[in-house]
Amino acid sequence: MADQATFAELATPFMSALYAAALRMTRNPADAEDLVQETYLRAYRGFGGFREGTNLKAWLYRILTNTFINQYRAKKRRPDQVDLDDVEDFFIFRRLGGLEASAAQRTAETEVLEALPDDEVKAALESIPEQFRMAVILADIEGFSYKEIAEILDVPIGTVMSRIHRGRRQLQKLLWDYAEENNLRPRVETTTGG
Amino acid sequence: MDCDDALLRIYEYLDGEITVWRRRAITRHLDECPPCADGFVFELEIRRIVVSKCREEVPTSLRRKIADALGIVTPES
Repeated sequence: MADQATFAELATPFMSALYAAALRMTRNPADAEDLVQETYLRAYRGFGGFREGTNLKAWLYRILTNTFINQYRAKKRRPDQVDLDDVEDFFIFRRLGGLEASAAQRTAETEVLEALPDDEVKAALESIPEQFRMAVILADIEGFSYKEIAEILDVPIGTVMSRIHRGRRQLQKLLWDYAEENNLRPRVETTTGG
Repeated sequence: MDCDDALLRIYEYLDGEITVWRRRAITRHLDECPPCADGFVFELEIRRIVVSKCREEVPTSLRRKIADALGIVTPES
């Protein structure tokens, strides 16, 4: 039995990460604040049943995710903006010519991505369909293992993997397209086809 | 292990979700194949950039609300 008095001390350091994840999920600061607050209250109330030695961060994310799914998703729902079934793996890598690309091309592309406004990267991530978005957030932003994500989302590991893969492909395509549409990519001579 | 085999498992490799022997085989391939090694590094770079651009500051009002709700006294600054 964990001590409720230690809850705040243990759980508070995760607030920034939880808030960022909540913002990406709800796509709205007011809802994100409510979601994080509700998560902390539920976790606090349930902390007596939390087994010490298990992963507190994963447990908090499970509560965040469940709360989001049960309370926020159903209401103010903004439709997902993209559903790109046909996006290829390692989209940017392949667009640059795959293994044929030069180091200079990849360096130039890294600089293009580095120069993207934060808000555009956030918007790109937020426009991925929800189930892929959640998997990418948990894997790439929060660094959870496939097994932890499977537990947080309550789906099989194979499903986690396919969601992460599809989410990453879609995110890369969105970032690539944004750079293209805004003429951020310097014109370089490539042999790559479209 | 050739380039296609390595690329097929790039995510499992970078995510650390791979068996020890497969990891070794891919690492050996990357040691011998600079284009693949560059590709793997590039994929990690993209991820690092996304992470760095998706950080958020918790609003002070939210910190205060949660602290109040949990019955903690916030230090006066």
